[in-house]
Amino acid sequence: MTIRKLTVREALREAMAEEMRKSPEVYVIGEEVAEYNGAYKVTQGLLAEFGSKRVVDTPITEQGFAGLAIGSAFAGLKPVVEFMTFNFAMQAIDQIVNSAGKTNYMSGGQVRCPIVFRGPNGPASRVGAQHSQCYASWYGSIPGLKVIAPYSSADAKGLLKSAIRDANPIIFLENEITYGFSFEEDYDDDHLVEIGKAKILRQGRDVTIIAFSLMVKYALEASVELAKIGIEAEVIDLRSIRPIDRKTIIDSVKKTSRCVTVEEGFPFASIGSEICSIINEEAFDYLDSGVKKLASIDSPLPYAANLESLALPKTHDIVEAVKQVCYRNK
Amino acid sequence: MTKQNGNLNQMKNFENKSDFKANTKNSSASSPKSDFIKNFSKTELLNFYREMLLIRRFEEKAGQLYGMGLITGFCHLYIGQEAIATGMHHTMKEGDKVITTYRDHGHMLAVGSDPKKIMAELLGRKDGSSKGKGGSMHLFDLEKHFYGGHGIVGASVPIGAGLAFADKYLNRNNVTFCYFGDGAAHQGQVYESFNMAKLWNLPVLFIIENNHYAMGTSVTRASSVDELHKRGIGFNIPGVKINGMDVLDVIYDAQKCVDYVRANNGPMIIEMDTYRYRGHSMSDPATYRSKEEVNCKKEQDPIDNLRNAMTAQKIANDEDFKKIDDQIKNQVNDIVEFSKNSPEPDLSELMTEIYN
Repeated sequence: MTIRKLTVREALREAMAEEMRKSPEVYVIGEEVAEYNGAYKVTQGLLAEFGSKRVVDTPITEQGFAGLAIGSAFAGLKPVVEFMTFNFAMQAIDQIVNSAGKTNYMSGGQVRCPIVFRGPNGPASRVGAQHSQCYASWYGSIPGLKVIAPYSSADAKGLLKSAIRDANPIIFLENEITYGFSFEEDYDDDHLVEIGKAKILRQGRDVTIIAFSLMVKYALEASVELAKIGIEAEVIDLRSIRPIDRKTIIDSVKKTSRCVTVEEGFPFASIGSEICSIINEEAFDYLDSGVKKLASIDSPLPYAANLESLALPKTHDIVEAVKQVCYRNK
Repeated sequence: MTKQNGNLNQMKNFENKSDFKANTKNSSASSPKSDFIKNFSKTELLNFYREMLLIRRFEEKAGQLYGMGLITGFCHLYIGQEAIATGMHHTMKEGDKVITTYRDHGHMLAVGSDPKKIMAELLGRKDGSSKGKGGSMHLFDLEKHFYGGHGIVGASVPIGAGLAFADKYLNRNNVTFCYFGDGAAHQGQVYESFNMAKLWNLPVLFIIENNHYAMGTSVTRASSVDELHKRGIGFNIPGVKINGMDVLDVIYDAQKCVDYVRANNGPMIIEMDTYRYRGHSMSDPATYRSKEEVNCKKEQDPIDNLRNAMTAQKIANDEDFKKIDDQIKNQVNDIVEFSKNSPEPDLSELMTEIYN
């Protein structure tokens, strides 16, 4: 174990480079991943080290190159497909869900699809409605896919390495704002993080706050604010959307009896909705108040700065939501 | 001469060769093609007959079983198109890959998969190729390099380009045979695949089985330009049109295309002119075409074509064909017995193989 300070961007790059060195059938494909060094510079340096056979620039044809990558996975390769953002992956969603997600089952286990689809998910800043959607719940509902959403650098690296080694199709949801965040964390030599395990970032006894991706930052900030008024929040970083770590969620809620969920996606049929349902099924009798879910407003995301600032959950909203479930909002 | 000009000239070479001109009638006049039958032994020719007849009888039986309720849901029959799968299989080498759409029974039979496993899959039984969990549209046999079996129109085309991408990446000298229909030929992802296949010089042969109807919509009603073999012009991909109702025409014309792709020249397009004698699927009464049209096309029946050619050239006689007819009849009966006797999957299979 070594302590290292890495940005999320560097961590993702290291994950890909290490797996490409380890396994010759791993390759990266997507728009601007090679000569441009990545639209968000995540793949910077990979072309120089591995060459154009293994770092492949595509034309702007998401449906086509997703399908092509899937076919190559059927035939023995391990593609890491970068979508410039997951908004553009909607062009390819039939390939992701029907060709990648379902084929192992429909073939009775004959045809496996070891593929990773990765890229920024959710809002960035002021990029408007078509470039800001969070797809966690859309992909999270598909049996056959795994869906991962790391927050910290060590988790980004460890989960991406695990994802690349996994024999299943994986949706790897990154976040543009967090690419530049720096974290000082412990790393193993071959740093792997198990898929499907949430992480408790802060222990607490009064309320469970469940978040993923950028919202973890605000959840942690909220927990500091809440501690000042005597509310000790337990903060869970989900890390995996599918499989979701039901045990960690339920054990925590059984301890705290209250829960607030936070995400940037639309509220209807959100990850928070699913967590409400899980808690309802397995810990209803432990609740002292209803679960509160925070999400974006139920509207396409506006461009104007003042409107956008009202559209997405912030630290303050989490604090207020916790006070509500603790009946401390007078 | 730039690389682009060179490719265009190559394409013109293909179009100008007289043996590549569209040939929708079985030519009886003496020509390199009519003499082509002499390149094959009696055994080989009877094997083509046998393979096509197996597909025909298998599909007819599947139609019957569907009528009896033993096969339900979607079932798309290959009756009339047998010469394509059979002829193309003859041009393949070990390791070459096949991918097609949901009209996949004939293709899987042609690559030599066990027909019992295919029929059991259609009946949703545990001995099916996908353990009963896929059904008619999701047949796979990786041992035979048969990659399905895909239900979404057009989706199998980029996947086919991807199979070829893997072969090229792994330095395998193989060709991917990527079949799709005239309906699928309009999907945008098909052109995305053409573009990438040509850009990256992928060893994929795009084979458009133009049976003239995409469900109920004729190819002329759906296409601004219905010469589908020319759809690659915008990508510098050479294309040819081949008579898909004659297995020897298929082999004669397609072998050169296969050789071209195998020699690392990049992709090619073949438009197979063919016809399906039944509806789009079992639930299609096919009222969009006349009985006269269907009967006229039946005169081009590929199995009759071969039988007549072999008889005319005194390569085989009625007794030879009857022997095969009887063998196939018995074989199909065995296939049906096996499939009916295979049990449905264990209930435990419900939640297995979602993940690997």
